[in-house]
Parts: sequence; structure tokens; C-alpha cells
Amino acid sequence: MGTKVKKGIVYLALILLSVLCLGPFLVMLVNATRNSQAIISGFTLIPGSSLSANWALMAGYFNIFRGLGNSLFIAIFSTVLTGYFSALTAYGFAIYEFKGKNFIFTIILVLMMVPAQLGLLGFYDLINNMNLMDSYLPLIIPSIASPFIVFFLRQYLTSVLPMSIIEAARMDGASEIKMFHKIAIPIMMPGIATMSIGVFIGSWNNYLIPLVLLISPDKFTLPVMVGSLSASKDLTTNLGGTYLTVAISVLPVMLAFMFFSKYIISSISAGGVKE
Amino acid sequence: MLNLDISTTEKNIDVMPIKIKRKKSIKDVNRWGYLFILPFLIIFVIFSIYPIFRTLYLSFTNFNGFGQARFIGISNYTRVIGDKLFWSAFGNTVKIWGINIVLQLGLAFLLTILFSDIKYKIKGLGIFRALFYLPNLISVASVAFLFKNLMDWQFGSFNQILVNFGVINNKIDWLGQPGTAVIVVAVVGAWMWFGNSFIVLMAGVQGISKDYFEAATIDGAGRWTIFGKITLPLLKPILIYVAITSLIGGLQIFDLPFLITDGLGAPSGALNTMVMYLYNTAFKYNNVGYSAAIAYALFFIIAICSAFTFKSMYGSSKKKEAK
Repeated sequence: MGTKVKKGIVYLALILLSVLCLGPFLVMLVNATRNSQAIISGFTLIPGSSLSANWALMAGYFNIFRGLGNSLFIAIFSTVLTGYFSALTAYGFAIYEFKGKNFIFTIILVLMMVPAQLGLLGFYDLINNMNLMDSYLPLIIPSIASPFIVFFLRQYLTSVLPMSIIEAARMDGASEIKMFHKIAIPIMMPGIATMSIGVFIGSWNNYLIPLVLLISPDKFTLPVMVGSLSASKDLTTNLGGTYLTVAISVLPVMLAFMFFSKYIISSISAGGVKE
Repeated sequence: MLNLDISTTEKNIDVMPIKIKRKKSIKDVNRWGYLFILPFLIIFVIFSIYPIFRTLYLSFTNFNGFGQARFIGISNYTRVIGDKLFWSAFGNTVKIWGINIVLQLGLAFLLTILFSDIKYKIKGLGIFRALFYLPNLISVASVAFLFKNLMDWQFGSFNQILVNFGVINNKIDWLGQPGTAVIVVAVVGAWMWFGNSFIVLMAGVQGISKDYFEAATIDGAGRWTIFGKITLPLLKPILIYVAITSLIGGLQIFDLPFLITDGLGAPSGALNTMVMYLYNTAFKYNNVGYSAAIAYALFFIIAICSAFTFKSMYGSSKKKEAK
């Protein structure tokens, strides 16, 4: 009996915590359908009728779908590049014995610990000198070199890919590149998928670098676009439109999460569970 | 290996040339390693290593974003040491991070204990984990903007709810006062990231072999004994990992306080963090050289803190082992 009561309390606390996690989003969705006067006058969970008015106001101010598209474009390309090239690099480190291998790997590990902000100004200066400001290239290309992913995939590869398979394929006359594509990639796929989710989310939510590099508003990513809202006074005085804007920036992620949550969570855990 | 040799002898009567050929080909094959890591190396050197050294160079100049940079020695660094704004930004960052980490890791750890408890056998881990993780997925920009509106003292829903339920009589200006603003940012941060810490810790617990728990239960160990003697020690590496990553991330906190305020760390500069100071110095006041020195100061602070955390956590576990 004592245990049952305690268990009940635990469940209650967990449900409360879940409500706290969802609550702000619920308030956001409700407020997106109400007009400013209603929002100022008080709080309610009953949706209002000003959705289309809020929509018109927001649409007149900027094109949030453009931001969505931009973010999606950058995130997809970054994820694909990171996945492919990290696998390639990890394979190079795991399968071959070459001079300087351990030295190079150690340097990569050391630089993995260096906080990202350290290179920010040098990066900005470099991009400026390369005339790549306001371009997506500096947001996508550097993802080819992702030390942490390489580190993870190398560990992963040594635990899942027996050298004998590679040796056997080599005896059969398979070329090195072909072995990588036909044998290593399929075997590494769960590991790549695990890391890709993190890479995608990281790129999708990246704020500082796009903020620094992007100049023209129609190239803004979603976070930069939403961030620029803080500066615009007329939209911030129209609370309904503001809530709707944030809601639209959040909804695609929530929808995607509803469908993929199981996959996403198990992928995040997979990194830790792998022994 | 033995099998392989036999099969080759079966197919080829002349064994010797084949052995030589294989030896040579393995040496050749290993050269492929360079080719495989080459794209990574090129991009890594250009976009990661070079900017770090470029920042170092800039920190010794008075570069202002345009024209020529003039070498001015270590005067940027002496300026950082005497810069009250930098140290107040450091204090703010530590304050925000300190409150944040206690809430975030505390909550994640508590949840891990609950879900791994052998007596309670809490169900629904999948659903709860998903719900707790949700705030992680949404960009900080959206979260900051959402909470800026929710916490607004006049129009925000948070004050309205509190007044409705009679928790407070007068609306509180959460983001307008230094004390509460710091707490709001720390709590919102914890709200965003505790789910992630929880998943990592929980994955660590699930990685521990069930045999340990079963054996301990058969031997009559209580749940607290099991937690203290099995779960905690085996979880230690992951705890260190979570602590250090959140330390590195926390000391670099930027977008949340940047967007939840006016971008300058209002009220009274209480939300001005180190990276925000770095950003504004470079991109608002065009003082790139000085900002680069701030970046290196930040790096040294993070390196010292990480080393300290690692040593204290790792050292204490070693002492226990010695016992």
C-alpha cells in the first residue's frame, strides 16, 4: 500500500512535469488565435477568433515560410555532408594504418574540446576575406569536418565492422572506395542516423553563425528571422501576431517530433547504450 | 588466417609470389587512409584551425573590421584583466549557469533515479522521455521570444495565471529586475535542456548490465545500496561527460539571454554574458581586436573550469576505489 501511494505521487509529479513542458506551447497556440486586447485583458485556454487577422498582420511583415525553407535547406545539406564525410573519415582512421594517424587523431580530439566561440571572429574574418558573406556556403561546407561525429563513428566502426570482412572483400578484388560504399556505409548506417539527428537539430537551431554571416532578410534562417522580431516594434505591440509567428516557427518541429519521436529518442540513447 | 593460406595454396600451386604480392598490396592499401581523411582535413584546417589562429592574431591587433590591422602587443589582454564589464559578464554567466546546472542536472538525475528504480518499475519511459525532450528541439530564438511574451509583466500570460490562481496579488516584472531576470533565464534554460541530460543519463543506466542488478537483488541488497554501489559508480563517466559538456555550453550561453532582453543584457546588465559581451564588442562596436582577446580569455576560463571539474570528479572516484 505504501509503495502504491508513493508510486501514485511519482506518476503525478511526472505528469505535472510533462504539463510544464507542454504548457508554454499550449498557451502559445491559444494566444495565436486571440487579438491583442483579449491577450492583454486576461488569460484563457479557450481559442479566440482572430487567427486570420493575426495571419494577415504577420504575412504583411515578412515571409516566415521563406525562413522555414532556408533553414530546411541548410540543415539537410549540412546533415548529409556531415554524415557522408564523417563516415569516410572514420573509415580512414579505423581501417588503415598510416604514418601520422595517431598524431592527427589526437589533434582532432584536442580541438574537439575547444569551445566554438574561440574561432568565431577568425571565421567571420575569413568568410569576409573570401567574399562569402550572405552566402549559405560557409554555413554548409564546414560541416564536412565534424570532429565529434568522426570520433563517435570511429568507435562505432571498430565495434561493428570486423576487419575480416574487409580483408575478404579485398581478396575478392573489391576496390577500397567500393568497399566503403557497399560494406562500411550499410553497417555504419545506425550510427550515422544516430548522429544525423543531432546534427540536423543543431543546424536547424543554430543562431549565432547565421546571425553574423547573413545580411539580406530573405536569406535569414528561421531562428534569425524570429530573433529579428524582437527589434520590430509594431509586431511586438500586436501580441496575437507575435504568438502566431512563434507558433509557426515551432509547429513543424513539433509535428515532425510527433511522427519520429520514438526514432529520435532511441537514436539519442543509442549513443550511450552502445557498449 | 590458416584457412586462408590453405585455400590459396589449393588454387595456386606457386605460393611464394602470392605472399609477396599480398604484403606489397597491404602497404599500398594503407595509403588509401590519407585519401579517406583528406576532405575532412582540408575543411578542418581551413574552417576550424585557421580561424582559431586568426583570432589569436587579431587579439594582438587593434583591428576594427575595416582596413588594416595594427599590431599592438598584449594591450588587449591587459585591458581584459582590468575590464569591469568583462568580469561582471563573467559573474553573470556563472550565476546563470550555476542556477541552471543545479536545476537541470538535479532534475535529470532525480528522473534517472526514479526510472531506474527496481522497486517502483515506473512505466511510460518512452512517452515521458519524449515529452521532456520536446523543448530541446525548438530553436532558442523561438523559445526566448515565446518566454519574452509569456513573462511580460503587463501582458504576459504567466503573471495572469499567477494572479488568477491567487499566487500573487500584484504582477511581477520578471524580466525587468536583475535578480528575477537571471532566475528566469536559468529556469528557461533548465526547462529546455533537462530532457537531454535525462536521456543521456538514462541511456547510461540502461547500458549497465542487468546481471549486476539481479545478482545484487539476489544477494539481498536494498535499492539504495544498489544505487550507491552499482548505478552511481558505473554512471560516473557519463556524469562527468554531462557535467563538462554543460559547463562548456553553459559558460558560452548567448542566444537565450541575448534574445530574451534587448541584446545588451538589460536589466542593469545582469544578463550580459561573456559571449554576449564578445559579440557586442565585435559586431556592435566594431572592436574586433579587443573582442578576440575576450574570446581567448573566455577560452582560458573554460579550460581551467573544465580541468577543475574533471579532476575533482575523477579524483574523488579514484579515492573511493582506493578504499
